[in-house]
Amino acid sequence: MALHQTKDASGVAVVQVEGQLIVGNRQELKDLVQAALDRGERRMLIDFSRTGYIDSSGLGALVSLSKRIREAGGELRLSGLNEDLRSLFELTKLDTLFAIAETPQQALASF
Amino acid sequence: MPSPLRLCVRRSQVADARGSGTLVTLRLPSEVECIEEAVELVTRHCLAGHDTTRTTRFRLQVVLSEALSNAIVRGNREDREKWVDVRAELGPDAIRLEVTDEGPGFDPGAVPEPIQPEQLDEANGRGLYLIRKLVDAVEFNERGNSICMTLRRP
Repeated sequence: MALHQTKDASGVAVVQVEGQLIVGNRQELKDLVQAALDRGERRMLIDFSRTGYIDSSGLGALVSLSKRIREAGGELRLSGLNEDLRSLFELTKLDTLFAIAETPQQALASF
Repeated sequence: MPSPLRLCVRRSQVADARGSGTLVTLRLPSEVECIEEAVELVTRHCLAGHDTTRTTRFRLQVVLSEALSNAIVRGNREDREKWVDVRAELGPDAIRLEVTDEGPGFDPGAVPEPIQPEQLDEANGRGLYLIRKLVDAVEFNERGNSICMTLRRP
């Protein structure tokens, strides 16, 4: 997995997950988002347009991050889930917990 | 550096008249860093020579990753002296995957479904539920340290 972090023109921190988000690497994502929170970032987007698969530990990491960001007064959006990835969120009802947009552009416009 | 994986692939006759198939076995150490490579290796063999769909590949990858994660983290408690064995029977109509750890086993019937509203904020507890939703059949051995997952080919 590789994580690419950028900031859009309106100041939203964007993290793109490339590869798999699973038990062996979820901590990297948690550390990256925590570092952004520590820097004072409050609006964050995690994009999965280049993600292969996610396991339950990866989903769990997203749940933890969502909680942390919410408690810090911030907002988290997700984007770029293909049909298969989206099915994981639907099966686990996590589609009701996260704000999910089709594309990163749509997600950014919704902040 | 994670320890090397031990992969063995051989043609075999499946005993119960389901036709000839391929048997793939893989032994991996109890290190979560090995999971991604193991999933890729087994998935490649499971799908070789068969028309497949993106969704079948995806389901295979997710359930294998889940089963290996459960075996390494919960079963073997990441004890590097312990191993996880994968046995894949690749038949013409279905893929049967068995993942066995060296742990004491658990009672799969005692694992709750993690989809109640009050559980959504929980970070753990979705692995077995996802497996059950993504494959056609799930069985455990009596001890509860071996899971067998069957996926029908599309």
